[in-house]
Amino acid sequence: MSLPFGLYIHIPFCVSKCRYCDFLSFPADRAARKAYLSRLIREMRVRSSGLGSRKVRTVFIGGGTPSILGDEQISRLMEAVFSCFDVEEGAEISMECNPGTGEALSFRNLRSAGINRLSLGLQSMDDEQLRLLGRIHTKRQFLESYEKAREGGFDNINIDIMSGLPGQSLASWMRTLDEVCALKPEHISAYSLIVEEGTPFYSIYGEGAGRPSWPPLPDEDTERDMYHEAEDFLKGQGYTHYEISNFARSGYECRHNLAYWLRGDYLGLGLGAASLIDHVRSANTRDLDIYMKHSFEADAFLRSPLCAEYTKLSEKDRMEETMFLGLRCSLGVGCGQFEETFGKDIYSVYGPVIDRYEKLGLLEEKGGRIRLTRAGIDVSNVVMADFLLD
Amino acid sequence: MIDQSRIRNFCIIAHIDHGKSTLADRIIEKTGTLTSREMQDQVLDNMELERERGITIKSQAVRIVYKAQDGEEYIFNLIDTPGHVDFNYEVSRALAACEGAILVVDAAQGVEAQTLANVYMAIDHDLEVMPVINKIDLPSADPDRAADEIEDIIGIEAHDAPRISAKNGINIEEVLEQIITKIPAPQGDPDAPLKALIFDSLYDPYKGVIAFFRIMDGSIRKGQRVRMMATGSEFETVEVGYFGAGRLIPCDELGSGMVGYMAASIKTLQETRVGDTITDADHPCDEPLPGYKKVNPMVYCGIFPEDGAKYPELRDALEKLQLNDASLFFEPETSVALGFGFRCGFLGLLHLEIVTERIEREYSLDIITTAPSVVYRVYKTNGEMLEISNPTNMPDPSEIDYMEEPIVSAEIMVTSEFVGAIMDLCQERRGGYISMEYVEPTRALIKYDLPLNEIIYDFFDALKSRSRGYASFDYELKGYQRSKLVKLDILVNREQVDALSFIVFEGSAYERGRKMCEKLKGEIPRQLFEIPIQAAIGNRIIARETVRAMRKDVLAKCYGGDISRKKKLLEKQKEGKKKMRQIGSVEIPKQAFLSVLKLDEE
Repeated sequence: MSLPFGLYIHIPFCVSKCRYCDFLSFPADRAARKAYLSRLIREMRVRSSGLGSRKVRTVFIGGGTPSILGDEQISRLMEAVFSCFDVEEGAEISMECNPGTGEALSFRNLRSAGINRLSLGLQSMDDEQLRLLGRIHTKRQFLESYEKAREGGFDNINIDIMSGLPGQSLASWMRTLDEVCALKPEHISAYSLIVEEGTPFYSIYGEGAGRPSWPPLPDEDTERDMYHEAEDFLKGQGYTHYEISNFARSGYECRHNLAYWLRGDYLGLGLGAASLIDHVRSANTRDLDIYMKHSFEADAFLRSPLCAEYTKLSEKDRMEETMFLGLRCSLGVGCGQFEETFGKDIYSVYGPVIDRYEKLGLLEEKGGRIRLTRAGIDVSNVVMADFLLD
Repeated sequence: MIDQSRIRNFCIIAHIDHGKSTLADRIIEKTGTLTSREMQDQVLDNMELERERGITIKSQAVRIVYKAQDGEEYIFNLIDTPGHVDFNYEVSRALAACEGAILVVDAAQGVEAQTLANVYMAIDHDLEVMPVINKIDLPSADPDRAADEIEDIIGIEAHDAPRISAKNGINIEEVLEQIITKIPAPQGDPDAPLKALIFDSLYDPYKGVIAFFRIMDGSIRKGQRVRMMATGSEFETVEVGYFGAGRLIPCDELGSGMVGYMAASIKTLQETRVGDTITDADHPCDEPLPGYKKVNPMVYCGIFPEDGAKYPELRDALEKLQLNDASLFFEPETSVALGFGFRCGFLGLLHLEIVTERIEREYSLDIITTAPSVVYRVYKTNGEMLEISNPTNMPDPSEIDYMEEPIVSAEIMVTSEFVGAIMDLCQERRGGYISMEYVEPTRALIKYDLPLNEIIYDFFDALKSRSRGYASFDYELKGYQRSKLVKLDILVNREQVDALSFIVFEGSAYERGRKMCEKLKGEIPRQLFEIPIQAAIGNRIIARETVRAMRKDVLAKCYGGDISRKKKLLEKQKEGKKKMRQIGSVEIPKQAFLSVLKLDEE
């Protein structure tokens, strides 16, 4: 295959771990970060050689907090990207940045290094909520970073916000939305808090925990109201709701993330990073020791301890993924495209499930595309689970 | 042929946990039938489940040789009996095969209700009861008090009872000597026609049914033609023999007074019912031994495979269990909610529990059991009488003239501080007070008549919790009594779930219905739409709860390209769904069917 692919680069470092976070990230000193970067570039050299002449369409530097590296290191990383890969003209090149690490950054240098899209982690415009989450920044620090990013030449910025936070009311959530929209970002990711096992929040809000001294989480109904109100409000502000948690001004949808839902190929570099290349899903080791010490060999990478997961997708796997990933997008799954890909009518595979959920008003078919209704999104896990085949 | 004066046939009776099986082990060990190395704990209990629960389900026997202090060798036939009331009939047959019974009393616990019931049964069978006071090495042991209790409550001599620790092998010799001096030798006529009592039987895949018997008169030989007097079937014995510890030892002939077994290519247990008399086909005895009766199940419930496709495996398991347990009854049953399964009949709740556990454990089948039911008598307006043990078969109320339910006589022994609590419990369970007597200053024996359907749910649990574990309980069927009973149906999303219906006393129906709905509300997970849960008698709704529709189950989070993690989440969801039963459009977890079995003590 010679299709272009996405490139994901994982930076597993942060200043300090937020209480809700279950991503692969941890604090580390400057030397450790530098050593990691060298390893990362080594991996890039080795793995890029296996992809022949395929072009890179999008790049996403995520974490963790990639901005913790500073603009010099990021320039070094980007130079390596450009030297290892054939990056398409006009490629979307995103980087995550957390306020509180952004002050020392030169956004102008990031721009010159090639980064053209910035994703800022705000979460909330309420300082008390930020404190409870364990964020290292205030609303003011965020606003400063945002302004500096604009001044530095970023004309494509995403802001991450979260609903369902401790002590958050519908009104306070709407204030956050209002204030975010006033900044006119090109893209808004509105997530809801998920209390994951193994996080400090789990011992506060998890099953059977119950710490009465902490402000309660909004109940299910309020949380859903937050979601629906947000959708209405953002649509009114000119944003398109293009994926369950993502909103964008027309033309500013995140192409890198869309490719995940539409099952485009992507190569993940760095600790724990996941890849999909030629129908193989793989994931790098999550063990920093192994990652730092084991030698990279181009042809043996997927068979070495550096690769922690390796699944060759069957046709069944691919059909399932097409459904449960595609349904996340507002566009839904195209029936024609399904048939083109698999040589099977979508109804011959999923007819009864589609029928059942259409009757319950959770799925709809419009213009040859199947998608979740608004009510369907609320309970999408239940619907998607039924698209797994026996 | 062994001289009858050198034979002693006895059993051991005891309250659960008082050390019956341990004493049996010590006796077998001391008599040298087995070396210490061969000894396993509780050699008589060879079913895995028996050993684990520490109880004896099937009667078993062992022949042991003891060289007494008088220099003579004696043959001891020790017949092990089940301790639980569910198996009373088997106990009584085992007792009929003995001349004496060793009564084991825990030196710390003293005499308990079940001990009493067993002792009276032994005395009814004219057995010599020989008390033994066990567990004297416990810090809380009070052997003098235990001896006093035996003399005061039961009324037998106990001051010279051996004081032992079966567990630590203390004073076992004294028990053995007393067996010889206190328990009478058999008195049968060795020259009379064969007359032997079947006290147990067992199915062996190679030999067919093996009947365990005690010879009263005459003798039995290999190759002899014998007749079962109750069933009339005749067989030629292929093998006769006696019981080594844990194995059968063939011999040519067994004489009067002996305990042994025979195999005769018998296909089904029905042909050798416990309690039947074996005689010689050519020279039969005049009369059978008294006491053969057919035992009828007292408690019924539905058993369904959790996975509908395992129906044949379930049938296979029940058939195999029945080979060794003639009192287990089953017939096919179909439930709208649970699919194909079986209606099963049991001697009592413990029997039910043991059978269901054996199905799950020995046959690795996951099963769903429905609420246990007793056998009701329904008198219809057209004069017909139906026996109903399955709520589904209950006729329309308009066709019912009146109904009767089984009543048991219950004896509860409890320390005085809990008398009030226990009487309250019996009252709540519609008990009819009969009597109460203080068997000693701090302990009372309370007698009540109780409807059987009030004790099959969780009476034991309630009894234990209200007496902090001190009450002991025994019951026997007394008869039938007219009662106002109704069928309570449960509707989930307006569809009746047949597996949740049950028959209940009218006065308790409202309370029960309300509790069922509450409980089910907690057990049925929220689904995509609102689900009403209702309890109804006929068309009348008496209780309602609502499971609200699920509002939110969405992954609004960025896992980036980690698709495997998303898929795992969905797989887990799907897996959870598979464990549910689909009733109409509602998914009900297995747990919901089981949880309604325990409603009362909360």
